[in-house]
Amino acid sequence: MNQVTNDNPEQKTTSKKNIKKKHIARGPGRRAQESRRQFLRSVALTAGVTGISLAGFIPLRGHADTRLIMRPPGALDEKNYLASCIKCGQCVQVCPVNAVKLDDLEHGFGLGSAYIDARKQACDFSCDGLQCVLACPTGSLTHNLDYAKDTRMGLAKLDKPKLCLAVAGKGFKGLARGSDYDGVLRYEEIDRWNPIPLKDHPYDVEICDLCVQACPIEQRYNQCQDGQYPSGDKNQCPPERAIGLELIEQKNGVKHMKPVIYDGCVGCGVCEMICPAEQAAIVIDYNQVTKMPLSAEYIKKSEGHS
Amino acid sequence: MNRSLESLLQLLGRAPRKPAKAELSPEVQKIYFYKKGEKVTKAQLDALHDEHHKNSKNKWRKRRWLTLIFVNLLFVVSYSLDIQLLEGALTASRFMGFHMADLNSALQVMLAHKQILINLMIGISTIFILWFILGGRTFCSWVCPYHLLAEWAEKLHLWLAPRGLAKNYTFHRGVRTVFYVIFALLALLTGYTVYEFISPTGILSRAIIYGPTLALIWVAFLLLFEVFLSRRAWCRYVCPIGITYGLVGIFSPVRITYDMRDCKHEGDCRSVCLVPHVLDVTIKNRSTDVEIGLGADCTRCGLCVDACPTNSLNFEFKGLTQKAAKPEVERSLMPESKQEQTDSKEQQS
Repeated sequence: MNQVTNDNPEQKTTSKKNIKKKHIARGPGRRAQESRRQFLRSVALTAGVTGISLAGFIPLRGHADTRLIMRPPGALDEKNYLASCIKCGQCVQVCPVNAVKLDDLEHGFGLGSAYIDARKQACDFSCDGLQCVLACPTGSLTHNLDYAKDTRMGLAKLDKPKLCLAVAGKGFKGLARGSDYDGVLRYEEIDRWNPIPLKDHPYDVEICDLCVQACPIEQRYNQCQDGQYPSGDKNQCPPERAIGLELIEQKNGVKHMKPVIYDGCVGCGVCEMICPAEQAAIVIDYNQVTKMPLSAEYIKKSEGHS
Repeated sequence: MNRSLESLLQLLGRAPRKPAKAELSPEVQKIYFYKKGEKVTKAQLDALHDEHHKNSKNKWRKRRWLTLIFVNLLFVVSYSLDIQLLEGALTASRFMGFHMADLNSALQVMLAHKQILINLMIGISTIFILWFILGGRTFCSWVCPYHLLAEWAEKLHLWLAPRGLAKNYTFHRGVRTVFYVIFALLALLTGYTVYEFISPTGILSRAIIYGPTLALIWVAFLLLFEVFLSRRAWCRYVCPIGITYGLVGIFSPVRITYDMRDCKHEGDCRSVCLVPHVLDVTIKNRSTDVEIGLGADCTRCGLCVDACPTNSLNFEFKGLTQKAAKPEVERSLMPESKQEQTDSKEQQS
């Protein structure tokens, strides 16, 4: 430190000071600075990525227990459904009518989870055996479910009676959803095994009852009434009817037909899909289910599991 | 055991440690001692490179890319042709009817759902055994579709960076462990599989099989981030899948083994590596044994095997791989001084 012996002590000290300064600026100081910067960057990265991942909450705010979209047959309640769905799409792959789709970003944590857009393509239980349920590796679609009658996808409701052709006293002739529509349905009388495009199946009815005709529960109910059990299995028989046209008399004495939903409705959405009105007059409320109790087989199975 | 612990800590983010001289085996010390006197010139290295790349150009990378594309296409083909060979996506699938579940996705689901399901347990066991045998993070480089895109993004990054058009901001590697804990806690506390919302692996796998989604924008954002701001950032600093499979692979029989004898320590391997800390042993005086397996964070991608001009890095299946004799070419290219020294030493002893 002290340069006593030097001729010009002052000059020497300053140069030494300079060296020392340089040492601090270029040596370990810089390394410490870089490591501090790296630390801060790492904190920012943690905050940033975690923040973005939590953005998945935004669309679900206030909807923890309500469905924002319709889920496939057997789906657990929304909270448990989203917790358990592993987002693999095996249910998508097995559906014979391609009703099951995987969700995109707009429903946050629902990304990649399975849903059904009934207006585009409803589940018509073509497979009888509930293939999506069998395919699900995590039980998000509960394996307790074996039959269409025990499905609880929602509940149909006449949402826009003014659009309903039956209410207006009109019939329907032609293609239910036009010639551009890609949806398919199974018509048992045409081909038991292969669903056909709706656009290949024109209707001609005096009072529109397409929703009643196409209802898979109604079809099963009627088959069972005739003693012909679907897939030869009596358990396939729904205990109650799901939908029917009833004659309604208004206060002013005007009588008209109207689709009425019964307790057998499981909310599959075929009525919503087939409704020929511009906007579906009848839709599925996927946050409601029928009062009809689940079958004894279902209850037995779920007790066995728990 | 000690090396396994070291490998675990490195996987979790600890920087590799320079071993004390006493930790080096006597043989290794001897070899390093000889190497001290041996000057490797640029021309010699170039000759080695030319010789090496004349014979095998990106052999392992070709195999790996083909495997990765094949596996992902198998999902697509299986679905589009409806042959039910490999159903589902990378998060969970059935191979010829047999359940498989991605370990990280299954973990997130179980933490969020707080239930253990038989089917899921079967899938987890299958995948655990599969990747334990195949090397753990082998999943990352040989199957994960994001890895391939990120590899291409990295090429672009490495072209742009020297031209001043891209930066490589680094992060502390321990941050990936922090993410691991955060995503586990978030799943447990919120009941949502939060990580799946941003997992580029899941998003890409589903997009490949079921068609593009808006979520691909996020993947594109990640790739841009890696191209312009931080090399391989997602795989290096964030992805919890890497840690999950890294843990599976700690004791895996499939690994890359480093043989320090012919190594020129020029660092070609480290410059191509996704996780260069596992190649820390290739630095002079860092390897404790003549042959040493790389740590659990290694994805067994084989880029270093392709890059190494001296065949010092090789795939090994513990108990199965025959120790192949070094080709004569390599020996003859060894600097004279070293061979002489080795010979004289052998004569002495």
